[in-house]
Amino acid sequence: MTKRMQWIYGWLLLTPAMVMLFAFTHFPAITTIINSFFSTSRGRRPAKFVGLRNYEELISDPTFWKVLVNNLWYALATIPASIGISLLMAIWVNDKLKGRSLVRMSFFAPTVLPLIAVANIWMFFYTPGFGLIDQIRMGVFGLPENSWLGSQETVLICMMIVTIWKEAGFFMIFYLAALQAIPPSYKEAADIEGASRWAFFWKITFPLLMPTTLFVSINAVINSFRLVDHIFAMTGGGPDNASSLLLFYIYEVAFKYWQTSYAATLTVVMLAILSIIAIGQFFFMDRRVHYK
Amino acid sequence: MSDLSLLEPTQTAPPRQFDYDRFFNSLGAWTLALLWALPLLYAIWTAFHPAAYEARFELFAPVTLENFSKAWSAAPFARYFLNTFMLVTIILIAQFVLGTLAAYAFARFEFPGSGFLFTLVLLQLLVMPDILIVENYKMIGTLGLMDTIVAIGLPYMASGFGIFLLRQTFKTIPKELDEAARVEGAGPLTVLWKVYVPLAIPTYLAYGLVSVSHHWNNFLWPLIITNSVETRPVTVGLSIFAAVDGGVEWSVINAATLMTSGPLLIAFLLFQRQFVQSFMRAGIK
Amino acid sequence: MKFIFKSLRLAASTAAFTLGTAISAYAVDLQFYFPVAVGGMAAQTIEELTAEYAAANPDVNIDAVYAGSYQDTVSKALTAARGGNPPQLSVILSVDMFTLIDEDVILAFDDIANSEEDKKWLDSFYPAFMKNSQTGGKTYGIPFQRSTPVLYWNKEAFKAAGLDAEKAPATWEEMVSMGKVLVKKDASGNVTQWGVRIPSSGFPYWLFQGLTTENDVILANADGNQTDFDNPKVVEALEYLVDLSAKHGVMAPGIIEWGATPKAFFEGNTAMIWTSTGNLTNVRNNAPFEFGVAMLPANKRRGAPTGGGNFYIFKDSSEEQEKASIDFVKWITAPKQAAKWSMATGYVAPSPAAWETDEMKAYVADFPPALVAREQLDHAVAELSTYQNQRVTRIFNDALHSAITGKKSAEDALKSAQKDADRILSEYR
Repeated sequence: MTKRMQWIYGWLLLTPAMVMLFAFTHFPAITTIINSFFSTSRGRRPAKFVGLRNYEELISDPTFWKVLVNNLWYALATIPASIGISLLMAIWVNDKLKGRSLVRMSFFAPTVLPLIAVANIWMFFYTPGFGLIDQIRMGVFGLPENSWLGSQETVLICMMIVTIWKEAGFFMIFYLAALQAIPPSYKEAADIEGASRWAFFWKITFPLLMPTTLFVSINAVINSFRLVDHIFAMTGGGPDNASSLLLFYIYEVAFKYWQTSYAATLTVVMLAILSIIAIGQFFFMDRRVHYK
Repeated sequence: MSDLSLLEPTQTAPPRQFDYDRFFNSLGAWTLALLWALPLLYAIWTAFHPAAYEARFELFAPVTLENFSKAWSAAPFARYFLNTFMLVTIILIAQFVLGTLAAYAFARFEFPGSGFLFTLVLLQLLVMPDILIVENYKMIGTLGLMDTIVAIGLPYMASGFGIFLLRQTFKTIPKELDEAARVEGAGPLTVLWKVYVPLAIPTYLAYGLVSVSHHWNNFLWPLIITNSVETRPVTVGLSIFAAVDGGVEWSVINAATLMTSGPLLIAFLLFQRQFVQSFMRAGIK
Repeated sequence: MKFIFKSLRLAASTAAFTLGTAISAYAVDLQFYFPVAVGGMAAQTIEELTAEYAAANPDVNIDAVYAGSYQDTVSKALTAARGGNPPQLSVILSVDMFTLIDEDVILAFDDIANSEEDKKWLDSFYPAFMKNSQTGGKTYGIPFQRSTPVLYWNKEAFKAAGLDAEKAPATWEEMVSMGKVLVKKDASGNVTQWGVRIPSSGFPYWLFQGLTTENDVILANADGNQTDFDNPKVVEALEYLVDLSAKHGVMAPGIIEWGATPKAFFEGNTAMIWTSTGNLTNVRNNAPFEFGVAMLPANKRRGAPTGGGNFYIFKDSSEEQEKASIDFVKWITAPKQAAKWSMATGYVAPSPAAWETDEMKAYVADFPPALVAREQLDHAVAELSTYQNQRVTRIFNDALHSAITGKKSAEDALKSAQKDADRILSEYR
């Protein structure tokens, strides 16, 4: 095949996918940035250029800061926790274990259930007084009822637990596939050497799983900004925005208050955060994953 | 636990020695499995019992199917179900076709700009359509596709993840197979269809499962873009169904949840071994 | 279509007789969006009613579209209107009136229905419901899917606590004192039954408006551009609400979930609840004990907000469509239809005449609590509604939440809410 034919084929094959990517990812990302410098059109008033006014509003908007801090905590807690638990799950399920497929099913089930629907079940668990958690607390431990979702101190933690529950089983599948690809001879050799399970895990398994961990961590980062379905059903962001996250706030500003320019400004912040993470992960990955 | 096994290498351990390590691991696995299953178990409990037993767990509570019939008649779930099914199918086909073509280009063709374009594709791994809801909403409006099933799928049809995955798989396929086919006079598209696609089936399977379960459960974007029974997927249907002024009826909502996620749940139950294996063979690990 | 009608009307002056038959050949198409906010019979009843109307009026085609929640319906209608393809009619929250005016998408009823008879029709609804339907001397909404909050009490729990089972608290003080008697504790001192439950999740402003009205203060002016959040009477009302749990211990602490409130009532977790009349059917079907329904307790006066949805007529319709729309709204809010709707859903029939129908009288005789909502309408005020309504109410809700969760004092929370609301509303003054 001539060089020119290579070019033509390459571009032609790529065109459909690139058109769609440009239309729904790159182009909107750019218009988001442009629109953040305009006012919102309303009724018969058209949008006009306002410079940095949306950004000034952003800086003086306490809700934005609260939501941003929430989201950072949310990311900081859910990313390591869900990765750690999913790894543990995978190791357990990969082992000889009575009722293994039942256990695996139980770990994976949350992935299949829509978050918006299971949020209702979690609502019951968290309900003060007669909810599951409080029935156990009061019945077994004699503790008073507690307003889990109704207090600013606990509500975000409650949402984190739901997220971890939802995504750990999904990540487990990736670890499981990776674990099964580790040759059994490694384990046999380690057993002969008399290495403990613990040592084997840290010295052999964990480093071998590094590429998976990176892949899973990218997913976990994305989810920590993307997974907001349960907020709709459980708290609506309350009390006083204590459980609101960036994407949920963007939704409210854009589709409840119809402040689309301000929503674009908030989206720019989100894009900036994700870019920083992307750059960070790119360097990290470059260093660590080459041996693959 | 670990120190124990260090002190007693396996060869010298008495044959009937109680294996603490195994015991605690099994206990841990089972406890976690039980915790993880609780929401599903609760959903099953409430769905099959009268509303009065939503917060009471008695062994001999009467069993009923009434919640299912109530849920079924209270909202057009059959239609929602069909919508979700169509949505997932459209997205999957589009992702496969667009992803295969693009991955083939990146894996086997040399053309200027391929490195830059690949970076743009990878960018979508982080800047996903889910966060660009405001601009994509306008885009769909401009295209005049508001409130259609195609509109729910459009932003996801070219998937950075899918392209990346297929490219990796295509790259592992030996060039000799490719060249052998060409010697026999096959064009690039025939080679793609006859050589690459069959060898990448585990990848398609694994990616397909991830895509289906993701879009089956997707909520925010369909919520924004749909407004009618004819287009609404089950997730949005369920959320409307659950958000009424008249107080939550957990039993009916949970019956609806089980009804709508049942097929996916059963499919995984039946195919979980193949599922994990396809991930392994696809090299997603 | 529009052109055909116009030319037909032109011809009508000369050949009225022949046209009488010709017009019915060109049926008027009406598209009508409706939300469903209560489970069960609501969607079905609407479809039955429109089918009935269509059968009686063969020259009108009605396409009733179930558009989802209130939120979905208003966004769908706004999107369609912006795209130049609005529905002719829609049921949307009464509080969205200013938003719809701001977006310039709805018509005032008096502009198209201005005969003497029409005026009488507009006057036939309960004034409490019209407060949220009129501004600047014009009527933009016709009440249809309307509700008001009431107090439900568990008669058995009252009896067990030694109270008169037939008497609900009539004042704020009584609610506290009776609540204290009703609180039950277990051996380890934990509360197993609370006195009262005023849910505060999601849209706390609505039930809180019961308290502010009783404290004789109105939260927003009729023009929708001025709020009164930091009025001392509002502060006092919020302090009362906070004190119910913080000081008197008769209500659970923290934000209380709206959706689980009926369930908490059924489970005996609380002896009294405040919630919408829209829950009447639910409570009637599921409460495992005898219950009563009462007006909200009074302080300086009796009072409660109204809630729910109105009919709106959208711009950009042909004259025939406008006429047909008015005709349909008149029909569906007429006593007989309104009574049927009210009985099927628990919404409050919007006109006194509807309560005088035989069907409604029989229903009320069988189930007297249904009357409480109507009696309360004499004391009811407009639900909080302003321009940029969602944003302003959100600010107010956040303030209520921060006071209820103990993060701010009632006064501080409301002061800053008022400041934020002022900033948004100043451009509408």
